[in-house]
Amino acid sequence: MQDIQKSFAGVVALAHASMTVGAGEVHALIGQNGAGKSTMIKVLTGAYRRDGGTITFGGGPVEFTSPLAAQLGGIATIYQEVNLIALRSVAENIFLGREPRKWGLIQWPVMNAEATRLLKELGISLDVTQPLGTFSTAIQQMVALARAVSINARLVIMDEPTSSLNEREVDTLFGVIRGLKDRGVSVIFVSHRLDELYAVCDRITVMRDGRTVYAGNMADISRLQLVEQMLGREIKNEGAQTGFVKSGAGKAGEPLLKAEGIRLGQRLTGASVAVRQGEVVGLAGLLGSGRSELARVIFGADTPDAGEVTLDGKPAHFRTPAEAIRAGLGFCSEDRKAEGIIPELSVRENLTLALLPRLARAGVVDTARQSEIVDRFVAQLGIKTSNPDQPIRELSGGNQQKVLLARWLATDPRLLILDEPTRGIDVGAKAEIQRLIGELARDGLGVLMISSELEELIEGCHEVTVLHDGHSVARLSGDRITEPELLHAMAQGAEAQDIPAPQVRL
Amino acid sequence: MLNTNLTRDPRRARLISLLGQYGVLAAFILLIIFGALRYTGFMSEYNFSTFLRYNAMFGLISLGMCFVIITGGIDLSVGSVVAMSSVVAALLSPYGVIVAVLGAVVAGALVGVINGLIITRLNIQPFIVTLATLLGARGVALLMARNQGGVGIDLNNTALTWLGQGDLLRLPVPGVILLIAFIAGGIALRYSPFGRHALAVGGGEDASKLMGLNVNRVLLGVYVLSGALAGLAGMILAAQLGAGQPTEGLGWELSAIAAVVVGGTLLTGGTGSVWSTLVGALLLGLIFNILNFENGKGIISLSPYWQSVIRGGFLLLVVVIQSRTGRSGKA
Amino acid sequence: MSGAASSVRPPRSGGGWQTFVSDLKQVRASILILLALLIFNALFTPYFLSVQTLNVNLTQVATIIIVAMGMTLVIATGGVDLSVGSLMAISGVLAPLIFLNAAFANAQWLGITLAFIVPVLVAGAFGVLNGLFVTRLKLQPIVATLVLYIAGRGIAQVITNGQLQSFSTPGFSYIGLGRPFGIPFQVILMLVIVALTYWVVRRTVFGRSVLAVGGNETAAGLSGIPVARVKVAVYAITGLLAGIAGLIVIAINSSSDANQVGQNMELDAIAAVAVGGTLLSGGRAQVLGTLFGALIIQLIRYTLLARGVPDAAALVVKAAIIIVAVALQQRRRRE
Repeated sequence: MQDIQKSFAGVVALAHASMTVGAGEVHALIGQNGAGKSTMIKVLTGAYRRDGGTITFGGGPVEFTSPLAAQLGGIATIYQEVNLIALRSVAENIFLGREPRKWGLIQWPVMNAEATRLLKELGISLDVTQPLGTFSTAIQQMVALARAVSINARLVIMDEPTSSLNEREVDTLFGVIRGLKDRGVSVIFVSHRLDELYAVCDRITVMRDGRTVYAGNMADISRLQLVEQMLGREIKNEGAQTGFVKSGAGKAGEPLLKAEGIRLGQRLTGASVAVRQGEVVGLAGLLGSGRSELARVIFGADTPDAGEVTLDGKPAHFRTPAEAIRAGLGFCSEDRKAEGIIPELSVRENLTLALLPRLARAGVVDTARQSEIVDRFVAQLGIKTSNPDQPIRELSGGNQQKVLLARWLATDPRLLILDEPTRGIDVGAKAEIQRLIGELARDGLGVLMISSELEELIEGCHEVTVLHDGHSVARLSGDRITEPELLHAMAQGAEAQDIPAPQVRL
Repeated sequence: MLNTNLTRDPRRARLISLLGQYGVLAAFILLIIFGALRYTGFMSEYNFSTFLRYNAMFGLISLGMCFVIITGGIDLSVGSVVAMSSVVAALLSPYGVIVAVLGAVVAGALVGVINGLIITRLNIQPFIVTLATLLGARGVALLMARNQGGVGIDLNNTALTWLGQGDLLRLPVPGVILLIAFIAGGIALRYSPFGRHALAVGGGEDASKLMGLNVNRVLLGVYVLSGALAGLAGMILAAQLGAGQPTEGLGWELSAIAAVVVGGTLLTGGTGSVWSTLVGALLLGLIFNILNFENGKGIISLSPYWQSVIRGGFLLLVVVIQSRTGRSGKA
Repeated sequence: MSGAASSVRPPRSGGGWQTFVSDLKQVRASILILLALLIFNALFTPYFLSVQTLNVNLTQVATIIIVAMGMTLVIATGGVDLSVGSLMAISGVLAPLIFLNAAFANAQWLGITLAFIVPVLVAGAFGVLNGLFVTRLKLQPIVATLVLYIAGRGIAQVITNGQLQSFSTPGFSYIGLGRPFGIPFQVILMLVIVALTYWVVRRTVFGRSVLAVGGNETAAGLSGIPVARVKVAVYAITGLLAGIAGLIVIAINSSSDANQVGQNMELDAIAAVAVGGTLLSGGRAQVLGTLFGALIIQLIRYTLLARGVPDAAALVVKAAIIIVAVALQQRRRRE
């Protein structure tokens, strides 16, 4: 791929980005959120039409007009969220669109046998007649791979395939990838986990701001150089990576909120956490460790099977978020799009959503007060919007996040639960939000922050509770909040004895 | 996104799916046994024949609706299409049975083409598109009938009336057509790429696109199928009553949806069964039939108007059971 | 990025009036079409510019608009209500049963008063039932309201055994035939209901909650909005409005026919909402758009009829309008 250009409504997503992948090579594609990786992939597979540049594949120039054309041309893509059909059987998912037929009718026995054989080659045996949705994400990804193999793909693109896999599953996946490589199939591997890149990739392309900033052998670049390339700045020392300003030790005293022994089905098996006033408490853990679930229980969005939640030492089992909000809680959920913003509504309405009952007299919104509050927060948080009546969907991710923060700050909460508050927003906004969280805590707010970013936990939190498989496994505070300690706690119970070297997740 | 709500315990999953698949069938059989024991003449050839003759039309549009709903869409136009095609069949009856039948089916399929093209090209929700063609097809039916209440069939065309009123091997011809259509539909859903792709599109439109399915063609296909089957039903209607019926078929689309839902097919798409739909359609008809017999016994006198109340209640019962067994709701 | 306040200051909205104007702007396409139709008719349709014509059109469309107001709210939450026509029938058959009842022979005013209140409340109660189907039983709105679409008319028919009830009760018929200041009463009622709905959507917590629930149910719930209660309320309101519409229809006809009252109302109401620019996927409520959408559909039908085009052809045109209107709105949104 040479000089690829692509703009969306005037916003440049790709500016002269290039990438070269050799045959039988596992190639890492890396960059921050918004660096243009996904756009690059979508241009390659024909999901987007490029504005300029050339793509050469297998010796000649190619022009894929759709993912289907790319697939027929030998390029298969396995997306972040597995893009298969959960309700259909494993065999069907492998052969969809290319079912073995006789007289126009699908030959089920042939299809099922072939699917079984394909999966066996990848080292998996399972009942291919079962709906795909009944299997784990890892299996579903193997099925996606089997599909790619069966269409004789010469290039397989994997977009963050490991983000929801456990270590053993990752190992299996890598085995399969090496198997593909031996067959001469090339793989483009998009991941944020540097260890994985070093473990499985031969070469690497680093992207930033829609450009290719580095391309070379994996072995020739150190982790630090890699991160520098990605961020576009030198990392001077540990500790300057986030916008947090250490605000000294957390205030001592009785916990503002305490949750103990929370159980919820199989997802929470005895999780506990406590937050004091003026304290930022981090909630760490791998994906699926129950962090968000715990937050939801505390906030009254889910009802736990067992466990004790207290606020100011008094039992506080909220049955609905509305009750929790009245008691002074706020909850910024992880999935901004699905659980945070109301896309069609304006910044003004989004910002005052949780405050509505208090903004009203006899059910009628006091628009004067509403405007006043909106203006205040727009100014205070530096929300960039042309006007408060602008639909929130038109704002950038960072500004949307600020509106959501303001939504809760407007309710003047005592405790704010933030689930991945800086995920998917640009570096500048990220630092601003981090600084804001620190300031809020200094002003006496209790903050429970879920984060997958170690720097954020290390630099921003007075205390970190680590969850594993639905229960609390460690409570670190002060100087004990370090990368090795965190990783050690997060990986507890995992089969691997040797704790992997520190990961940098971006 | 993957459905994590699907139960991971295969035994329980199987039980639930059995209940969903065969619960309605069991109710159907129980109702037949009940009727057979309670009413004389219930199991008569006459009752059987009239029952099938009338309900064949509902069965046919329910079959088309089933395919549409499997893709996650809906087709509100079928009732009007039945009326329109019945008029087309009547108008074409002087030109022979083949022309009349083909004309009715093609007219219906044409509405399907319009539905499908607007839905796929203009990206408008099926509910709105087919709501519009519901009105449009009714208008066309009335226009072709020149605002007459009915358009008589050419009485010389006995072959056409036979399709509505005749028997084949002692079976009512509409019943035979229904059976053939459902066998073909069953095979198509299970064994044809078209059927499987319809299921795939309903299960995940974006994923299907990424896996290279021509989603638009599949969608166009199901609406054409639904239109064509409604056209066939319209032909039967005209043949049965000896005239095209521009004002018939009011609300039939909702009966068809009810039949599909009773058959356990989710309106969200991605799953569905042709056979359960048939049972669903016949079951709703059977309720009316039983009610007639009950009145005939003279012990109680339920007005025929009770039938819709009972049908509505039955629909509620079925969907509630489905939602309790985890088959309905957000998939 | 800086922490400084954004430099662009919005024009401070001067109260409700500016909001109203900006809402009108959002539906300007509908307004333009309506104006074009009016001008066309004024020029080419004889006797168009008469109070008579205006009243005929407005009386015909009043019930549709009243029901469509409720439908707008339901659709704004991402739902749909197919049962409105059946609920109209129920309310329509109940009213004569009350005011013609011998029990009120000596106190007709009481009978009439009750006939205005009870049927509307009953329809509202059925609306609550719809809402509970949707929220408690977690049925899809189409299926949930299909139940009462089928059963509701049956209930109305069973109540009267399918018989036509004719009456001559001026006190009751005022709701459909009365003309204070020369304006048909139901038109006044319609305007009041439209104004009220507009105000509710724009200014009340409930209105904002409806939009939030339709725009993103999960987010609304996590922000403390009582999602289920909001949903039940919109179906209840739609039921109440259908009840009122049912009364108007029988008052106009001076008779109540369970088979006819409200027939196809669900389609007309949904069409008005769609043409008016409210997305079927929820999250928006163009109250004024629905008003204009219904007026456009009505006026086109009138125009065609006035030019001797049969009613059947008007149906085809109506179909085309729905498609074109929705397609245009979608295109505009995508830009």
